[in-house]
Amino acid sequence: MIRVQREAFDVGREIAALTAGNTRIGGVASFVGLVRDLGGLRSMTLEHYPGMTERQLELIDAEAHRRWPLEASLIVHRYGRLEPGDPIVLTITASAHRQAAFDSCNFLMDWLKTEAPFWKREEGADGERWVDARADDDAARERWRETG
Amino acid sequence: MKILYFAWLRDKAGMSEWQVSPPPGIATVGALIDWLAAQNPDQAEVFADRSVVRAAVNQDFAEADTPVGPGDEVAFFPPVTGG
Repeated sequence: MIRVQREAFDVGREIAALTAGNTRIGGVASFVGLVRDLGGLRSMTLEHYPGMTERQLELIDAEAHRRWPLEASLIVHRYGRLEPGDPIVLTITASAHRQAAFDSCNFLMDWLKTEAPFWKREEGADGERWVDARADDDAARERWRETG
Repeated sequence: MKILYFAWLRDKAGMSEWQVSPPPGIATVGALIDWLAAQNPDQAEVFADRSVVRAAVNQDFAEADTPVGPGDEVAFFPPVTGG
């Protein structure tokens, strides 16, 4: 499942809802991304491409299910104005065993970093700027490339 | 054809979307960019450095040789920075 929303999310509630009634699940992995302030950040505004965002997140989620034996998964990505410390993104994966949950959770984040149409604009003391894409995000995505 | 801009491309374009009717010979994303860049100075500025411009056709990522036609939704944006 995927969701794109302005509101904050409650990780505990999301995990409980995702796993309710499925006793085949033996392991749940989750990742929460926060707005980081390395000095002087006042706020960050996330813009996205409504329609394409949902479409791409659905594709990423489906790819995780194709690669790992997942019982359930969830991607929640926020947009709008956020402040340092605020949660931006949540990924949860649930499987019978922990390794599939850990690996697929990692995969979801690496892929959405380069495949989901979001753009960050930072507002600091000296004005506003669009955040540049990071080469190490591309590298992180590449390590999941399937060979053969 | 509907053209959309996001992030700093929208800032440079001075608008978020517009409807265009390129001539029939404009059949790929690359050709569309050439045509758009020739329309006015703002558009020339948007596409001044094509190495930092990404595209999507009908909400799927596209390349320079991806076909485009009347009725398509074509979006231009910088490399994504979500997560």
